[in-house]
Amino acid sequence: MAALTMYPDSERLDGGNRVAFNLYIITAVTLFVLMMLLGLTMRLGQATWLSVPPDLFYRILSMHGAGMVGTAALATTAVMWFFLRKYVRLHLWAFLTNYVMFMLGALCIIFAIFVDGYGALWTFLYPLPVHGMGLWSPNAAALFMLGYLLIGVGMLVFYLDAAAGIIRVHGNLGRALGLQWLFRGTIDPDHPKAVVASTMVVIANTLGILAGAVVLVMGLVNIYYPEMALNALVAKNLIYWFGHMYINATIYMGVIAVYELLARYSGKPYPISRPFLWSWAVSTLFVIIVFPHHLMMDYAEPPWLVVMGQVVSWGAGFPVFLVTVYGALTNIYRSNMRWTMPSRLLILSMFGWAAGIVPAILDGTVRINLVMHNTQWVPGHFHFYLLLGVLPMALALMFHVIGQRADAPPNTAADRLGFPVYLIGGLIFVLAFLDAGHLSVARRMATHLPAWTATDEVGSIGAILVVLGMLYFAIRITVGLLKAPARGEPHGGTANTAG
Amino acid sequence: MILQNVVWTISLVGMGLVALGFVYVIRQAGKPADDAATRKAAHTSNLLRRWLFGSLLVIFVGGTYATLHRFPIAPQHTPLDIHQVVDVVGQQWSWQITPDTVHAGSPVEFRVTSKDVNHDFAVYAPDGRIATQTQAMPGFTNKIVYTFTQPGTYKVMCLEYCGIGHAPMTSEIKVVAASGG
Repeated sequence: MAALTMYPDSERLDGGNRVAFNLYIITAVTLFVLMMLLGLTMRLGQATWLSVPPDLFYRILSMHGAGMVGTAALATTAVMWFFLRKYVRLHLWAFLTNYVMFMLGALCIIFAIFVDGYGALWTFLYPLPVHGMGLWSPNAAALFMLGYLLIGVGMLVFYLDAAAGIIRVHGNLGRALGLQWLFRGTIDPDHPKAVVASTMVVIANTLGILAGAVVLVMGLVNIYYPEMALNALVAKNLIYWFGHMYINATIYMGVIAVYELLARYSGKPYPISRPFLWSWAVSTLFVIIVFPHHLMMDYAEPPWLVVMGQVVSWGAGFPVFLVTVYGALTNIYRSNMRWTMPSRLLILSMFGWAAGIVPAILDGTVRINLVMHNTQWVPGHFHFYLLLGVLPMALALMFHVIGQRADAPPNTAADRLGFPVYLIGGLIFVLAFLDAGHLSVARRMATHLPAWTATDEVGSIGAILVVLGMLYFAIRITVGLLKAPARGEPHGGTANTAG
Repeated sequence: MILQNVVWTISLVGMGLVALGFVYVIRQAGKPADDAATRKAAHTSNLLRRWLFGSLLVIFVGGTYATLHRFPIAPQHTPLDIHQVVDVVGQQWSWQITPDTVHAGSPVEFRVTSKDVNHDFAVYAPDGRIATQTQAMPGFTNKIVYTFTQPGTYKVMCLEYCGIGHAPMTSEIKVVAASGG
């Protein structure tokens, strides 16, 4: 069965594809390490173990936020491209255009932050970018926003190419999502899950990026023509519509690795089903309309939007728990699972997503948001499903590919040590954040009250372990990707088979 | 009952249950089943998924009703007929709170706005926990209604990042015993 071939020929990386994939992945793992070091610096500063002046802290926070979100998008875009290209025709130039635009945008952002002093965070919440109070200039804010626009345009190019490829094969996006099988009909067993997930991402994140582009252009106009003021509430809605979908798209792009790879390591088929199609149809809608949960403390927001934010936040748990995570667990239950780096990371990603969504859903409750909003509860839950969910999804593919080149799934003694270092560090790190949120420790503060530093210290220890684990992964992956393919590279090699 | 403790407990229980589920399945993952056992496992899995769906549905409906049937945010566009009114204005990087002394035991209406960028007016109880909060947004006035139960000094902090002076942007509200109490 094709789905159980460990290294199918259709996933072969050669020529330009290999160069492009390596560019994406090596850039991503390098940036992940650098951004984690920035995160560690902030935690050490909050723990008072390191002196970090407030102006530097907020610049680091701006870089860490923008950098992590962007890098997560870069890495998971590579995941989506790697698998989607098997099913629809994708143009390498579009994939590379996204990379070039990302790098140009990243340079603008780095220059705006570390040269021009921009410190209004990755959320560029209007009107803070034009109120630098002497710390950064309007030009710095404009350069930061221009960087975002460049990255957004690159991603749109990739999505439009993906959409064109999907439509050419499936007729329209609805059929690619499998909407025709929601109520009746025999589902095509060969309809790729990767196409379903990619279609959802193309629909949702295109809307998100367009919303972001609107508010970025409005913000740029306001910087140079202050008399053209924006409505702060409308701007915030657009920013979070964009921001929420952009970061959530990384989960939905990353999870393609689970759909594609898990069955190869468990040896059990992982077929498409009606609940799967329902979950993606529902998730497509939910991810588009859930953003008001970021505005629960904006009482001027229409109440129906706030209620929608809560109801949809809670509802978003259904597809995750009942379909994706449950399906993955069912797949490995009583299987002949081969525990190597890719399979460990795939299961970790499912755990990180499922466990992290618990505090996230609670925070999406108006009553709870009243006492948890903008505390460290928030970075606690999003680091949970990004650090222990999304990143392991992308890492699983990276290790899978280096396994392809080394003729066997990676599972060295160093791998077996690096994995628990990352996992234990990650758990300490996110639980310290969540405990701090429970104690009402504010997020995004350069200096903490003395009563708050205990959780900062614990979090710092966790962060050190995470950085060590990720540094090992980055080196291992970079070396593995640059290594020449093994003689007689095992394309089409057999997957693990049960029994 | 402190809400933060309830939320923390529910989270730990929820994350713990997820972890237990993973540990159980991972321990079974290396024990391949024969055809009969695979069929039985598939049947049990479907049954369990239905139970899980039912349980989540009950939590979803019950939780939504319990947390929203009395909407926790005060009406913003109608007079509230509350006698203690406090005007709050945030600006980089200070709070203007008028008056800054209120009585415990009767509701207080805070009318919160900002002169420049977004801030977040968060009231910390003397035990260090957030009692209530709302955003202070330029061009809008958000109204919170809160009844203090304990006299004391309540710290006000800004919880929306607003520039380099964000952390020190603090103030205080004095809550005195109910008049005549």
